Amino acid sequence: MRRRIVLIVLLGIFVGLTIWVTQLNSLKYMKPKSYFEIGRQTWNHIKMVGIAELLAIGVGVPLGIFVTRPGMKKFATPIVGTANVGQTIPSLAVIAIMAPILGYGFNSAIIALFIYSLLPVLRNSYAGINDIDPAIIESAKGMGMSKAQIAWRIELPLARPVIMAGIRTSTVICVGTATLAVLVGGEGLGKIILTGLYTQIPLLIVQGAAPTAALAVILDTLLGGFEGWMTPRGLTKS
Amino acid sequence: MIKLENVKKIYADGTEAVKGVNFEVDDGEFCVLLGPSGCGKTTTMKMINRLIPITEGSIYIDGTDNKEMDENELRREMGYAIQEIGLFPHMTVGENISTVPTLKNWSSDKKENRAKELLKLMGLEPNEFIDKYPSELSGGQRQRVGVARSLGADPPIMLMDEPFGAIDPITRDRLQDEFLKIQAEIQKTIVFVTHDINEATKMGDKIALLKDGQLIQYSPPAELLAAPKNKFVRDFVGSDRTLKSLRLMKVEEAMKKSPRLVTEDEPLDEVKDLMKKEDVNYLIVVKNGNELKGWINQEDVQEVSSGTVADAMIEDTGAAEVGTSLADALTLMLERDVANLPVINEENKLQGLLTFHDLQSLIGETYTESGGKHPGVSQ
Repeated sequence: MRRRIVLIVLLGIFVGLTIWVTQLNSLKYMKPKSYFEIGRQTWNHIKMVGIAELLAIGVGVPLGIFVTRPGMKKFATPIVGTANVGQTIPSLAVIAIMAPILGYGFNSAIIALFIYSLLPVLRNSYAGINDIDPAIIESAKGMGMSKAQIAWRIELPLARPVIMAGIRTSTVICVGTATLAVLVGGEGLGKIILTGLYTQIPLLIVQGAAPTAALAVILDTLLGGFEGWMTPRGLTKS
Repeated sequence: MIKLENVKKIYADGTEAVKGVNFEVDDGEFCVLLGPSGCGKTTTMKMINRLIPITEGSIYIDGTDNKEMDENELRREMGYAIQEIGLFPHMTVGENISTVPTLKNWSSDKKENRAKELLKLMGLEPNEFIDKYPSELSGGQRQRVGVARSLGADPPIMLMDEPFGAIDPITRDRLQDEFLKIQAEIQKTIVFVTHDINEATKMGDKIALLKDGQLIQYSPPAELLAAPKNKFVRDFVGSDRTLKSLRLMKVEEAMKKSPRLVTEDEPLDEVKDLMKKEDVNYLIVVKNGNELKGWINQEDVQEVSSGTVADAMIEDTGAAEVGTSLADALTLMLERDVANLPVINEENKLQGLLTFHDLQSLIGETYTESGGKHPGVSQ
């Protein structure tokens, strides 16, 4: 309940700020961005985050699960380790490195975001499966479940909440990182922030930053709800 | 029937975990694999359902080599319960118990009936527990559900790896008793792993004692205690093995079936003569229909000159009920400071007499059979 109130207040502040700035007559020598422009860039932002995140899920979940399979465990350390190192590099640096390699444009922005979003998904998929109590797997095996049955009936349901938590973390981080994607030619709310920085109009920065923050809060809440819905009932009861 | 023939387990690094073990478990028999940690008992058990592949030798299940069976089919025919229980936390108690029935595609009605039946057998109220999740259960309840799950599809064979190992001693004792009662009813062929000699002697029909991957002795508990094959067995069963074997035996196995007795209303004169003639200094007093009343001693008879037995007897000197272990009977004797203990049934009817002398010779036998080389014990 308390958490919900905090979320509503935060959301109110961010949306309120956006509306307040947008309806001002002028910001120094410029007009504020229109509602249409904010809407358009929000949509671009969501599109980038969405595509990057879907790619991260598409690669991260299977890869994370794959390295938990018997015989594949030797790949777990190098793969999860590489992803870990990737995460420790500042997001700005990842994007800066990607620019010369992939060139400018929407696609490079997506790829930079994808690389940055991959780790939490990969790591949680790996941990979700790997941290299941071995006794559970042993008793499943001992009762005659096949490998596929163990994977579908036991491992995936038990790992699901952990994997979902990884996707949620990754998405929220990605919303923030995506503001930097404009540097390599991406679109989105980052563009408004960048304009504000160039023109040294703080309120314009707010006009881009506030909806970004609101978007992060909304996605976090939605995915949090989804995570709860995906958690098997026996794991929430105690 | 399970038959192990020269079974070996050698790991890739050359470690020999099991070094050629041979033994048989008959149908309906409770076989305990006992030994210190690292002796290969769990490895041996897991080779029966092929959770660990056999390196050499064969294990036959009712005459079929288990290597020739599909491993999942093989495992579904054997209940499997482990110390860590490993209940599936995302499934209800009912779903957990129905694991193997689900794999065997039973109808949901059949599964539910079976789950309820098993909960009842385990002493858990079916309607209260069937829809609960493992996280809502206590340790003892989880263990019960774990055993119920291993019995899910009514397999003829049960493999149990220290299933009562992780619970407090009082609950464990109760679960052991309950399980023995259940086993008397369901008559499964059981292979049960433990490192606890007390659990082994209490539960097993036969005990396979292992050391360093080798079978040292395979015999019924009483024999293992009475006649340890070598120093290792003697040390492993412990210096209190006499007390342990007393715990295994019941009073009716050691008592005299027809002790001398007199009835309450006999005149004392006759009793005096009888005692003199038989050269005994005590007699048990009963009422019509063999109901235990008390004792009569020679000294007391001398003091009272006339009357009946009832005037001179000592009432209520304690008695052991049929089914009491010899260890408990001994405790009772020491507590009451008596050398003889009448054995009665639930209706207080005299069944026999247990004397301290009988116990003594029984203990003596234990040591004589084993060679009797225990220091400090006279034979």
